[in-house]
Amino acid sequence: MTAALRFDPIRLPEKCEQLRKEVRAFLAEEIAAGTFDPHKPNREDTDAPEFSRRVGAKGWLGMTWPKKYGGQERSFLERYVVTEEMRVANAPTRRFFVADRQSGPVLIKYAPEHIKMDILPRICRGEICFAIGMSEPNSGSDLFAAKTRATKTDGGYLINGTKIWTSSAHIADYMIAIFRTSQPTKENRRHGLTQFLVKMKQPGIRVNPIGQITGQYEFNEVVFTDFFVPDDHVLGEVDGAWKQATSELAYERSGPERFLETYYVLTELVRAVGPNPDTRSAEGIGRLVAQLHTMRRMSVSVAGMLQAGKEPVVEASIVKDIGTVWEQQLPHRVRDLAAFVEETATNRETLERQLDFAIKTAPKLTIQGGTTEVLRGIIARGLGLR
Amino acid sequence: MAESDNIVVETAEKIFADLADPQTVNNDKKDSWQAPLWQALSEAGLPLAWVPDDLGGSGTSLADGFALLNAAGRFAVAVPLAETMLAGWLLAQAKIASPEGEMTVLPASPKDRITRDADGALSGRARGVPFAKAAKHFAVLAHGKDGASIALVDASKGRIETGLNVGYDHSDTVTLDKVQPVAIKPAPKGFDQTTMMLMGGVARSLQIAGALESMLDISVRYSNERVAFEKKISKFQAVQHNLARLAGESAAALAAATSAADAIANARSFDDAVYLEAASAKIRCAEAAEKGGAIAHQVHGAIGFTLEHILHRYSLRALAWRDDFGSESHWAVELGKLIANRGADELWPLVASR
Repeated sequence: MTAALRFDPIRLPEKCEQLRKEVRAFLAEEIAAGTFDPHKPNREDTDAPEFSRRVGAKGWLGMTWPKKYGGQERSFLERYVVTEEMRVANAPTRRFFVADRQSGPVLIKYAPEHIKMDILPRICRGEICFAIGMSEPNSGSDLFAAKTRATKTDGGYLINGTKIWTSSAHIADYMIAIFRTSQPTKENRRHGLTQFLVKMKQPGIRVNPIGQITGQYEFNEVVFTDFFVPDDHVLGEVDGAWKQATSELAYERSGPERFLETYYVLTELVRAVGPNPDTRSAEGIGRLVAQLHTMRRMSVSVAGMLQAGKEPVVEASIVKDIGTVWEQQLPHRVRDLAAFVEETATNRETLERQLDFAIKTAPKLTIQGGTTEVLRGIIARGLGLR
Repeated sequence: MAESDNIVVETAEKIFADLADPQTVNNDKKDSWQAPLWQALSEAGLPLAWVPDDLGGSGTSLADGFALLNAAGRFAVAVPLAETMLAGWLLAQAKIASPEGEMTVLPASPKDRITRDADGALSGRARGVPFAKAAKHFAVLAHGKDGASIALVDASKGRIETGLNVGYDHSDTVTLDKVQPVAIKPAPKGFDQTTMMLMGGVARSLQIAGALESMLDISVRYSNERVAFEKKISKFQAVQHNLARLAGESAAALAAATSAADAIANARSFDDAVYLEAASAKIRCAEAAEKGGAIAHQVHGAIGFTLEHILHRYSLRALAWRDDFGSESHWAVELGKLIANRGADELWPLVASR
């Protein structure tokens, strides 16, 4: 028998619903105060440092982390609720999202204690922004082709080389990056990369913005020239990053952000169609909602397994595969249906503006954070095909 | 394939493995497997799983019964197990005792309607009724001037035009012409044909999800055996990615169907949230039956297109099950209307409430 895929019908516990109310009330206040416009999804262009601090003050950053690092020791399912409500509201989460989802957990696992005590509480307070330095000009999905060197020197390493497609590097305070400390071996081509914590905004680092097809400048080229990183900024085993890279991926891949990225166009379509849709609109909306509901149930199921201490790597990859394909197609399906919306619909312009942006966003969704091809390779391995 | 973690499913899986092995069944041109299988299922109390003890059944929980249907899907079981379970469940809603033997439910489509006249006689035509020809009794939801009733009808009192669905199982047209039921009682308050269709749809969703699990399983195994261009076809990336997509469709179907089953098993009423769950399950599982089944066939090539191979037992049944108790198109329109009627700002709260 093939390895069983598990998607148990996990429900969010009652305490999550109280939290959801708090998050909605908070976001409603922020919207009322003009912090952001929920109908404008170009969140990525908006750096909102004050909003980030207010989210931190609510205790919603690093909320699953140990209290001694500023966390709340709350469940992964509670974090899930905060994440999905922020995403659906189009809240400007960019400043804290990476740190909260990924960088913090890596530091908790691999950073020395004094660094954890220094940095994690600041993430929890919403004060600092993280970037992830993985891709290089000749190393994308093939992570282990990375060439940017970390050369041993007195008390640390000298970094030389270039990272690219680095989201938020222009505002980031820190980056967690992989650099080459040794050459790969014949037996293991993944050998020789080491994970580092990098303090940004220092001499020796140049950040060059890269324009994206959405018109935004959200990712960057980051050039290191004899940039010094101290020894205590090594995260985990020297030359052994490949052992560390995979275990966090289930968290990164299965969250609500993997199917809600273009959700706003569906809400706006329902608004434009009004309470009495024709058959074609009703059928189109019904299918999309059924698909959305199914995605979310799968994603919550993975969150529940993670909370229970399991490692649903294949299930998480499935969620990202079909979730990102879905959110990529969504603007086009909504466009199909929007063609029949009455000219008089009051939100017509909003819907058209949103579609314009979502259609331009769509191509990246199946590339960032693990391409569809990479994910299907992981799923195939889980099925026993590789 | 999910391990069974309850005794009902364990019992059923043992019976299916012994008496409904798809390869054995497929080789048997005389259908001589059917009678022993039905007898074993009946002796284990499975067809009347959802009927309380005092009404002649075995009083199994809704949740265990749903898990049983999922297991039946994994074996592409082609006896009226799901239909008898649904019939027993329907009769139990009105506290009508279930008789022994095969049953089915009507109507089996949201478009058909059976009416009850002032004398309590039932009339109407129901199309696409699964296993009507094999049934000894029908459980009927009928509408009269004073609301819905549930009735037990002797199958010999109806006129049956037989037909086969895409999966070669009986899907018949049943016409009742002033038929006096064996028993008839008012349906509980709030129970209507939509409730019955949602329940039937979730049963079919679980069966489709089970069939997809098996299609994934046999497709993976086949790809690890079949050699082409001097290597196992499982080593070709194009095949791997197709199977990964099949796994995704199987996973989506399983998640949607088990979530809807869990929702109904724990529901106090069939509210909007249960409606979302059940309608979504039928829509998404039907889509998965199409997409996933196509991949399973593609991986198998010509051998999967033969009657000798077992693949069609799953793939065609999964496609046929899409049509029962409202197709995905039907439910998409109805769900779309519900969502539109609730309004744009109520969409996310509804989705997030699950």
